[in-house]
Amino acid sequence: MTVLRYREAVKAAMVEEMERDSRVFLIGEEVGHYQGAYKVSEGMLERFGERRVIDTPITESGFSGVSIGAAMVGLRPIVEFMTFNFSAVAFDQILNNAAKLRQMSGGQLTVPIVFRAPNGSAKQVGSQHSHAMEHFYAHIPGLKVLAPATPADAKGLLKTAIRDDNPVLFMESETLYNIKGEVSDDPELLVPMGLASVVREGKDVTIVAWSRLVHAALDAAKVLAAEGIEAEVIDVRSLRPLDEETIIKSVQKTHRAVVTGEGWPYGGVGAEIADRIQRLAFDDLDAPVLRAMTLDFPMPYNAKLEQHVIPGAARILEKVRAVTYQR
Amino acid sequence: MTTPHETHPPSSAQHLDLYRQMVTIRRFEEEAARAYSQGKIGGFLHLYIGQEPVAVGAVAALAPDDYLLTTYRDHGMALARGMSPRAAMAELFGKVTGCSKGLGGSMHFFDVEHNMLGGYGIIGGHIPVAAGTAFASKYRGDGRVSIVFFGDGSVSIGDFHEAMSLAALWKLPIVFVCENNEYSMGTPLSRTMSVEDVSQKALGYGMARDRFVVDHVFQVRDRIAEAVARARHESEPTLVEVRTYRFRGHSMSDPGKYRTPEELEEHKQRDALLRSRSELVGAGLGADVEKVDAEVEVVIADAVRFAEESPEPGPELLEETTYKGAFAR
Repeated sequence: MTVLRYREAVKAAMVEEMERDSRVFLIGEEVGHYQGAYKVSEGMLERFGERRVIDTPITESGFSGVSIGAAMVGLRPIVEFMTFNFSAVAFDQILNNAAKLRQMSGGQLTVPIVFRAPNGSAKQVGSQHSHAMEHFYAHIPGLKVLAPATPADAKGLLKTAIRDDNPVLFMESETLYNIKGEVSDDPELLVPMGLASVVREGKDVTIVAWSRLVHAALDAAKVLAAEGIEAEVIDVRSLRPLDEETIIKSVQKTHRAVVTGEGWPYGGVGAEIADRIQRLAFDDLDAPVLRAMTLDFPMPYNAKLEQHVIPGAARILEKVRAVTYQR
Repeated sequence: MTTPHETHPPSSAQHLDLYRQMVTIRRFEEEAARAYSQGKIGGFLHLYIGQEPVAVGAVAALAPDDYLLTTYRDHGMALARGMSPRAAMAELFGKVTGCSKGLGGSMHFFDVEHNMLGGYGIIGGHIPVAAGTAFASKYRGDGRVSIVFFGDGSVSIGDFHEAMSLAALWKLPIVFVCENNEYSMGTPLSRTMSVEDVSQKALGYGMARDRFVVDHVFQVRDRIAEAVARARHESEPTLVEVRTYRFRGHSMSDPGKYRTPEELEEHKQRDALLRSRSELVGAGLGADVEKVDAEVEVVIADAVRFAEESPEPGPELLEETTYKGAFAR
C-alpha cells in the first residue's frame, strides 16, 4: 500500500497499463509536454515518449474519432479531455461511433477505448465548464460509465476500464484530485465494474452517491449520527453498469433512500436509481425516494450562488430529514 | 481539370475483371431498387448507380490489407472490396445472414475480413475514424494504407477538417477521396461551397491533392494508386477530388427534380461502365462480355433468392452485439 493523491492514482493506473500492454496509449490536449492540464499525466511523456503520449491540437471531435478508429483495429487508446465539458464537442463520435460500431457491424468490431477527464463542478468556472456529463453518457447503450470517489477506486477501476473491450467513460473530479488515500501497489489489483461499495453502514436511511458527493454524504452522515440517525452510505462507483443489488439490499434494511450526485434533476442517473428503488423495493419503502442534485439552473459564477446551486452535505441533510420525517 | 487516362490496360483480362465488378454493382443496385419498391427493403436506400468506376477503380489500387471506410452510400464499395452479393443483399433485407447480421442495414455494411470497415450514416463522422485506422497503422508500422470516401456534402462539416488537419500534422498513411457527385442531397455545389474546387481544401493543411473527372475505371485506379503510393511509401496523406455523378436520386425517396433530364442524359452518355463495355467489345471480347453479363445475372438472382430465403435475426443477438463480454445493467 502507498498513500497517493487521486491524480497520482489515475496516473499510476495509466502507467502500469502502458507498461503491461504496448497497444495502450494516452492522447489529448496538453497531456505530454505541458504534463497535463491538471498534472495527471506528469512525467508520462518522459517515460513513454511521443509515440505513446500524444499531444493534440484542439480537436475533440477529431482526436476522439481518430482514437475510435485506432481502437476498432486493435489499439487501446486512453483519451483525455481536458475536462468532460469539452466532450460535448465530440458527442457525435462517442454516441454514433464508439457506442454503436459493435452493434451496427453485427458484432464484428469492438471499440476498446477509455475517455477520461475531470467532470462536474470545480470552483467558480461558470456555466460552460461545470457540466455533469455522466447523465448524457449513461443514457447510451454500448457505453460504460464510471465515477470513482477515492484514489484506490480511481486506480483499480481505471485499470479495469483500460482492459475492458468496450468504450468506457471515466469521470474524475477536479475537486477530488488532491485527496489522499491508500492505494494498492499490486499491478493486478483491479476493481470490478458494476459493483457498488458500502462505505458506511447504517440502519436508518440509505444515501446513494457517486464521485464528490460520496464525501459530502459521509459528512452528512456524521452530522446525522450526532442526532441519532445512522445513515448507510453507498458509493455506486459504476453508473453503468449499475449495481442495483447492493442498493436494494440496503434500502430493504433502512426503508428510506436519498440519491445524490451532481447534475440537473430532470432525468439522469439519480432518476434512474430512484426508479429502480421504487420498482424493486416498493414494499420496503417508508417514504418517497428523494434526490439531492444540482438545482435546475446553468451554473452561476458568483461563489455564493454556485454553492447554492451545487449539491453538498446541507442538501443531503435536508433530504434525509424529509425522508425520515424529521422536519 | 479533366485528365484523360493515359495508360491503357496491358491486360484485357484485368479490364474484364473490373468490368465484371462494375456490372455486379449496377445490377445489384437495380435489383435492390426493385426489392425496395416491393417493400422488401426498409429504411433508407442510397444507390451507387453511375459511380461504379470510382469504387472499382479505387479498390483496384489497394492491397487486401488496406482499410476502407465510406459513407451510407456503401453497397458499391463493399462489393468492390470483396463482400459477397449474398451477404450484401441479405443485409438490405434485414436478414441474419447479412454482412452485419441484419442489424446495420443499407447504410452500415461491414466486412472486417475484407477490411471494409463500414458504411457510416452521419455526414463526415467517419472521416476522423479513418484517420484513426491510419494512425493505428503508423503506430504499429504495419504498412497498411487507409482510404476514406465521402461526398461533396461532407466538405462543409467540421469533422472533415479536423481529420484533414490531424492527418497532415501527423503524416498519416491515408487517402481522402471526395466523391463529388455535384449534389449534396438536393442542393448543388454552387449553393453549398464558396470555392467549387474541393481539392483546394488540401492547400491549407499542406497536403498533396489531386482532382479529375471520371472517364475510365483505369484512370481512377491509376490516379488513386498515386495517392496510395504516397501514403504507403512516404506516409503522407492526399486529398483526391473525383468528379462523378449519380444517375439516381439521393435516396429512393428522391425523384431528383432539382436537375434537368438533359443534364442527367448528358452524364449517362459519359457512363464509364458502358465505355469499358464498348472498349472490350471493340477489342474483340464481345463474347466474354456477354458471358460476364450472363454470369452476373445469375449471381444477383442468387443473392436476391438467398436474401429472401434467409432467416431474420432474433432478439438474442441484441445483448451480445451491444457489449462484448458480460454486462450487468
